[in-house]
Amino acid sequence: MKSDIELIDSNGKRLDGRGPEDLRPIKIEAGVLHRADGSCYLEWGGNKVLVAVYGPREAIPRHSQNPLRAIVNAKYNMAAFSVEDRKRPGPDRRSREISKVISEALERVILTEQFPRAAIDVNIEVLDAEAGTRCAGLTAAGVALADAGIPMIDIPVSCAAGKIGGHVVADLGKEEDNFGDADLPVAISPRTDEVILLQMDGHLTLDEFNKAFDLAVKGCHVVSEIQKKAILDRYQSASEAE
Amino acid sequence: MQKEKRKIVIPSQVLGDIKSKNAGRGTFVENGKIYSGILGVLNENERYINIVPLKGRYDPSIGDEVIGVVEEALGSGWLVNINASSPALLHQNEVPWRVDFGDTERYLNHGDCIKAKILSIDESKKLQITLNDRNLYKINGGHLIDVEPSRVPRIIGKKGSMLSLIMKYIRCRIFVGQNGRIWVDGDTESIEKVLQTIYKIEDESTTFGLTNRIEEMLKKDAKDVR
Repeated sequence: MKSDIELIDSNGKRLDGRGPEDLRPIKIEAGVLHRADGSCYLEWGGNKVLVAVYGPREAIPRHSQNPLRAIVNAKYNMAAFSVEDRKRPGPDRRSREISKVISEALERVILTEQFPRAAIDVNIEVLDAEAGTRCAGLTAAGVALADAGIPMIDIPVSCAAGKIGGHVVADLGKEEDNFGDADLPVAISPRTDEVILLQMDGHLTLDEFNKAFDLAVKGCHVVSEIQKKAILDRYQSASEAE
Repeated sequence: MQKEKRKIVIPSQVLGDIKSKNAGRGTFVENGKIYSGILGVLNENERYINIVPLKGRYDPSIGDEVIGVVEEALGSGWLVNINASSPALLHQNEVPWRVDFGDTERYLNHGDCIKAKILSIDESKKLQITLNDRNLYKINGGHLIDVEPSRVPRIIGKKGSMLSLIMKYIRCRIFVGQNGRIWVDGDTESIEKVLQTIYKIEDESTTFGLTNRIEEMLKKDAKDVR
């Protein structure tokens, strides 16, 4: 997948004018849906993601229930119109994998022991995709879960880093993802810096990996502040309305 | 109590130290520090740090009177949705009727509403409810709405002040279940007015001086009618 375009120039400027450590612009809004227990709309660069949380409610089918804790069902889905060529709708291998890793990441932060035999459903709908949708989805899911009033030990947050044209950079954009050398999505619990999701696509040396990982964690903390502000904004205004 | 603003907390926020305060509802402890585990309003007293949730499911406790909707008739009882994280069981021995085995559908069916009381909660949070009390019954007619369970104390008011206020100015019958379900009966017009009032209370439940404002609103409306 070599191409002639220069992803990063000699000054460290990237295609969209960002520096190596800059993230794309992020906008988060909590509580956008009325029928869902909790919801969140997130824009991250060209990504647009809508997340709805339902539950805790009785897990169906009943054999999927866990008598000791709640199960977390995250469902990642890309809309047919989210990519340039129409994506064939419905679950595929990629979205099933992402659903699984996100479910497991969320299970780590939710206090599932409080709701035995219940299920918490997290529907992640990618409306517009531009690299890093799993990070965007997981970040939005964290806000939506808090908005649903679900007890958690932390609000999970995610950010990617990668390698383009020999440089390690944070938060890959579309061309950087397609023509770059490596992509490293990371999700953490920002209070403890515990890693709850870590995947890698491409090749990195150990030094590069460490550098990319640190960049991603740094990015996570930036995003985490935006998340917290989004939740507080939604409810502070409600309590001040006089 | 006379603080100007109520503080909103979000999960993972540090609230205090385990040495100076006890961790109350909605919190968790890690490495000697108390953290918020839920989105809610901070409620601190001398001994405890509690969080009153802003949203979320009903957390049942024994003796609560709730409004349930029957989900399913089983062989020897019913499964009832009471807005908790799992449905509650209403056993056939816990109803005021004599029910033969397999004849449960004659008495309560899918979609029926009941006013019930929480009978027991076991260690795995299995719920049982009962209809065996004078003031518990199957609900016929009226209007049912859902509000956030955390707003219920505000809708009832101190010693029922808010409820009696509504019933003083509007001709209606109201029952507020602890699980956030509210049953209202009366003529169409007054039901509409009650619903508006309740939604207003729910919206502004974290503000101060709400009872007085609601009274003013109801008074003005009542004058227009008479």
